[in-house]
Amino acid sequence: MTKPLVRPKRKDPLKKTREPLLPHGQRSRTALGLTAAAAEGRFALQVCTDCSATIYPPRDACPRCLSLRIPFKDVPNGGTLLAETTIRTSIDVYFRERMPWRVGVVELDCGPSIVTHLHGDAREGERVRMEFKLDRSGQAVAIALPERDTPNMADDPEWRELTCDPKFRRVLITDGRTGVGQAMAKALSAAQASIVFVGLADPWKPFPGEAALKAIERVEIVPLDMTDSVSVDDIAGEIGGRVDILINTAEHVRAGGMIERKGLNVAREEMDVRYFGLMRLAQAFGPALRARGADGVNSAAAFVNLLSVYALMNWPAYGAFSATEAACLSAAQSLRTELRPGGVKVMNVFSGPLETEWYQSVPPPKVTPDALANAVVDGLRRGLEDVYVGDIAQDVRTRLAVNPKAVERELGA
Amino acid sequence: MDAQSLLGFAAAIADGSISVVDLTHTLSPSFPTIVMPPELGQCAPFRMEEISRYDERGPAWYWNNLSMGEHTGTHFDAPIHWVSGKDLPNSSVDTIPVASFIAPACVVDISAQAAANPDYELTVADLEAWEAAHGRIPPRNWVLLRTDWSKRLGRDYVNMSEDGPHSPGPCPDAVRWLIDERDVHGFGTETIGTDSGQANHSNPPYPAHYFVHGHGRYGLQCLTNLDLLPPTGAVIFSAPLKIRKGSGSPLRVLALVPRRE
Repeated sequence: MTKPLVRPKRKDPLKKTREPLLPHGQRSRTALGLTAAAAEGRFALQVCTDCSATIYPPRDACPRCLSLRIPFKDVPNGGTLLAETTIRTSIDVYFRERMPWRVGVVELDCGPSIVTHLHGDAREGERVRMEFKLDRSGQAVAIALPERDTPNMADDPEWRELTCDPKFRRVLITDGRTGVGQAMAKALSAAQASIVFVGLADPWKPFPGEAALKAIERVEIVPLDMTDSVSVDDIAGEIGGRVDILINTAEHVRAGGMIERKGLNVAREEMDVRYFGLMRLAQAFGPALRARGADGVNSAAAFVNLLSVYALMNWPAYGAFSATEAACLSAAQSLRTELRPGGVKVMNVFSGPLETEWYQSVPPPKVTPDALANAVVDGLRRGLEDVYVGDIAQDVRTRLAVNPKAVERELGA
Repeated sequence: MDAQSLLGFAAAIADGSISVVDLTHTLSPSFPTIVMPPELGQCAPFRMEEISRYDERGPAWYWNNLSMGEHTGTHFDAPIHWVSGKDLPNSSVDTIPVASFIAPACVVDISAQAAANPDYELTVADLEAWEAAHGRIPPRNWVLLRTDWSKRLGRDYVNMSEDGPHSPGPCPDAVRWLIDERDVHGFGTETIGTDSGQANHSNPPYPAHYFVHGHGRYGLQCLTNLDLLPPTGAVIFSAPLKIRKGSGSPLRVLALVPRRE
């Protein structure tokens, strides 16, 4: 039984903040196939096309038939914990301050046996669920979970080291004016975040849902204008050291491609809110996030970007918007590497058209703000790096893996 | 005028017998700009990005890059700003005769009415009552509308409801009267525009913009400190930036006021 997490006390200002350390992050290029699966929360191993053997650890040729045709495929993740042990001492600087640490050997139903981290409720001889998770170095590691959910299982220290659970963490939602921002505040409060800071620009402009937003438990409204460097710096100065999860909900959706737009003003606003806004957040909040990656139960954990799936391939009906989203995706990839020394994850959450006023003329399926918010909470709890929300996003993702040129043509049709 | 009088004027400013009143709000990112429906083009708010501040970007100097719209903060409206003034000669800020940037002002106080009714619109009767007390409005004078709106902050200043902003301004007849009957130099307000908050429902819409600019005259908005000006006798210095084909510009508006003894 997992001991429930206790809400951390306020920080002792006389104590040095523990520096974030990382477990070893080197992997072979082939082994990054596991990282790709872990980033999306899939369990994939190499499967030999010729002899059907399931292969672990990752190899460049099938150990049974020497075939080179061994792509990663999603495989069943059930198994049996054959043996376990508890490590109590280590010379590795990351693990030695996290002792004791349980590891074990799991025999997978699909064939291979695997040395793995263990959730506290996984028992020797019992059935387990295997998952690949991104550790603080950003690389895939295996962890065995009990076959069925157990009480407080998300509070297990080994599991929490691999996830970004909002419970008892302090969250900043950058824009509360939108439906998405408000749904996000509601979802993060329900996920037991200890404070939900919600940014508001132009406080002189009233907006729908304002009273309900302010009434959400543990919501604190803060002035934050993503288009104003001074505003972003000011609020980071005030609360930057207390933000453990940053969720950027700033949006600027306008239809139109490159030719239809008359002039650059709208494109500039788009880039200002989205791309430059992201850069402002990175510069203002990044240093403290990166420095606080090992700061106890409420350590800095994640920087969340909400992105249009058309960041991956331009949708000309919203062509200029798609280009801005692509810029944000690229920036987020850089930010991911820059935050890694702190063990802080950058989670990109892709969705197709949302059920909001700016996609009014777009037919369903559309993603509701609530669905998007729930996907963010789910992704944080699972420690994901890339999340595809809804049918359209998943469809674009799948089709891109097959034939990107076909997607380009079809989106322009 | 002889040179001595002009030097006397400078001396009067230096010794304080003419006081200089700043009618300008500080340009800052948080100052509201006019709001259009979101699918229309928007006026950019004021933004400041540091170039360097005695640091690795420039070791011994501090300076900033600015961005804003022509109609951000306390600003000047040129006739070309409005469709009614689009074909007039010398109607952009770079071509307006520079002498226009110095002119006397009549200050009409409707602050009591505006306090009681945020949608209050200045009437011809108000102007006639003002003239009964202070004399006829001379030609080529600014008429500045004191509402004390500049004392309101943030949400109260814009006063936005679901049916748009609610702030005082002139009614169409009053503007037409000021232009046709009194040949005013321009019209200035404390509110975000020279028109009332609900002026898009007037006929014509935005009458101050329509008539004032249609007659080649000027607007000043987002003014402050109008309560420090006498009803007559102040001289306004209001030179916009010399922007090629500019429709307006943020500026420093100063009032020269003879010191009350």
